[in-house]
Amino acid sequence: MAKRFKPQIATGNDLLDGDVVYFTQGLKWSRFIGDAWIATNEEAAEVLQKEASKFPNDIVGVYLTDVAIDDEGRARPDHFREDFRMRGPSNRPEHGRPVERA
Amino acid sequence: MAVIITEDGIAADDWADKTVYPFDVFWSGQELPEEALAVEFPNDRKPEDLVPWLDRIEMIRVEFPSFADGRGFSLARRLRTLGYKGRLRAAGPVVSDQHRAAVRVGFDEIELPESVAARQPAEHWVIRKQGSYQQRLAS
Amino acid sequence: MYEYTDFDEAFVRERVAEFRGQVERRLDGSLTEDEFKPLRLMNGLYLQLHAYMLRIAVPYGTLNGRQMRQFAYIADRWDRGYGHFTTRQNIQFNWPKLQDVPDMLEALADVQMHAMQTSGNCIRNVTADHFSGAATDEIADPRPTAELLRQWSTDHPEFTWLGRKFKIAVTGSEHDRAVIKAHDIGLRLVQDDDGNPGYEVLVGGGLGRTPMLGKVVREFLPKEHLLPYVEAILQVYNLIGRRDNKYKARIKILVHETGIDEIRRLVESTFQENLARFNGVNQEVFDRIEASFAAPEFEPVYDVTPAVDAGLRSWIDTNVADHREPHYAIVTISLKGIGETPGDATSDQMRIMAALAEEFAHDELRISHEQNVILPHVPRRHLAEIYRRLKDAGLATANIGLVSDIIACPGMDYCALATARSIPVAQKISETFADIDRQRDIGPLKIKISGCINACGHHHVGHIGILGLDRAGVENYQITLGGDGTETASIGERAGPGFAYDEIVPAVERLIEAYLDHRSEDTETFLEVYRRMGPAPFKAALYPEAEARSNAA
Ligand code: SF4
Repeated sequence: MAKRFKPQIATGNDLLDGDVVYFTQGLKWSRFIGDAWIATNEEAAEVLQKEASKFPNDIVGVYLTDVAIDDEGRARPDHFREDFRMRGPSNRPEHGRPVERA
Repeated sequence: MAVIITEDGIAADDWADKTVYPFDVFWSGQELPEEALAVEFPNDRKPEDLVPWLDRIEMIRVEFPSFADGRGFSLARRLRTLGYKGRLRAAGPVVSDQHRAAVRVGFDEIELPESVAARQPAEHWVIRKQGSYQQRLAS
Repeated sequence: MYEYTDFDEAFVRERVAEFRGQVERRLDGSLTEDEFKPLRLMNGLYLQLHAYMLRIAVPYGTLNGRQMRQFAYIADRWDRGYGHFTTRQNIQFNWPKLQDVPDMLEALADVQMHAMQTSGNCIRNVTADHFSGAATDEIADPRPTAELLRQWSTDHPEFTWLGRKFKIAVTGSEHDRAVIKAHDIGLRLVQDDDGNPGYEVLVGGGLGRTPMLGKVVREFLPKEHLLPYVEAILQVYNLIGRRDNKYKARIKILVHETGIDEIRRLVESTFQENLARFNGVNQEVFDRIEASFAAPEFEPVYDVTPAVDAGLRSWIDTNVADHREPHYAIVTISLKGIGETPGDATSDQMRIMAALAEEFAHDELRISHEQNVILPHVPRRHLAEIYRRLKDAGLATANIGLVSDIIACPGMDYCALATARSIPVAQKISETFADIDRQRDIGPLKIKISGCINACGHHHVGHIGILGLDRAGVENYQITLGGDGTETASIGERAGPGFAYDEIVPAVERLIEAYLDHRSEDTETFLEVYRRMGPAPFKAALYPEAEARSNAA
């Protein structure tokens, strides 16, 4: 049996301010992980990687990462590193990032 | 085709039609050519190995496999320290910001792959006129 | 202190202009990220987890009030009102925007500072003893040497694209406060039998994945040969150091694999050849450097009749060290407030420290690799007033050298390379041992925490070292014991299996209890007990179940 595919999203950092961004189905970048385009199989992940790499002068350090899916079908961090990227530094909550759209 | 960058600007490669011999030509048993002799210098070889022939060589082409691999800068300095007076060429995808350092360690020119040259127009290669700490400390 | 010459000034301004151009070329796409990255790194600009980070050099940790104020200004104007002092005597700002960085660099140049070579595979900011010029055990001030090396290594055409970063530290004292054995090159100012000045040169130290202590490559190097000799070391390293594996690219691996004797032979022969081209240093330039580090004009001796309350007394005991002038003192300002982020200071705190230096302490400050700020020249009669003002600013924690004076790297709260957090571990340990009387009873203890194998938190040389790792997607902390970063340097030994995030602080508590149980008298330190008894009693405390099992067997 084939290994079960873990859902993936594309993420990177904004060239101008370095903030964490996620690639959306609208082929744009969002600051919210909930907006991320989720690839659910190998082929979709390849397309995602290809499309997300088309912004070399706007977004840097683009990579695919595994995610969990919440009840509403949105992506959630699957690893603590991605959780910190999403939330901002844990030692200074006042500098945290908004996780949800206000 | 590669382009050649010197302090005077960008030019075509005047050595393009001539042979550049492999580094090992001196040990291969093959007879050394009469013509002006140019040799490849892979950046993991020792400058000392060329000492007996330094007078005979007209050009040494030091390879830069990537701009981040700075061995070539020390090689150039060592070759000059050992007395090499001929033409010294840095060959590879260096970036314009390295031109000044290349000149300062003794390179005469840079041989740049066309694809890299396309993104870095001539004005990027102009060297800032600026003194260096090393000169200042030594003089 | 060193004042920029016209040359320095022009050089730094030119570099700012150059970087401004590079940022523009990045923004318009003529530089790719791959090409831009090493250029921004060379100007101290990283891309971290959540934002860019600008690392600014405080050369050999020395700065004046105006420079410290400028940090406060930069923090308020372009960042988020605070800065982080690092284990390499630098300061980092965690939230700059790419377009603003050239302006930040310009603001630094206004006060004779820069961010050059604080990153990248080049010769990094040269560090030195933070008590330089003030210590009682000093043979000679290491800062002229450090400044000379700073100038020589700046924009060096050969050594800006090395296989890996390269760190140099200098000390001029018997007691090594600069951890020189953990540097690529460590220099100790010494004299030969005839009293001529020179250096003992160590090479191949470093922490990281494969920690090693530096080895002596030259027992005595005459002072005037410093640059050609260091140049020879760098040449040998640049040409034959490994480049096939990032973790094997530091000079410590070359020294280890090649052997110190062969390295010595190669360096000496290169050095001899270099001498013909470059046999020393322009004396005029060097004389000016030396002169600029002359001691301040100390005030005359007076009678000290200070009124001391208990708080001041305890702060003086821990945070104030003797100065070579008996009526002076060296004050260490702790950036390790209980529960705070080690090494962080707000812009207000920076301004207060600047004011204290200007008003009372010959306008000099130092940054220590232990992430504290130092007033190196304080007339003792001002101690009470300084303490009072520090207290108002939340900067009077009396814990220097104690359990809560923890070194911690940024870890996964900021650093893109991190495998686990370090700051919250430090915060929790410090809260657990908040009671200063308890800390004083425990005595001298160095806890050092790194958030990944790169070891920026120097965990290998902590009496207790903590290394944060990612074990199967969960933070896990490994303990090393018995490390020491001073003249009696040693690399800590791994105690055993790691601990989960919520187990690590209790584990440290057990270690400390074990120490208290086993010390023969109150003055025997943690490290002394470890050296006397070895790891067994500490392992037993860390892993009580294993202990119980083996007793049952
Ligand atoms: S030790 Fe690792 S986590 Fe800590 S600052 Fe260095 S690279 Fe980052």
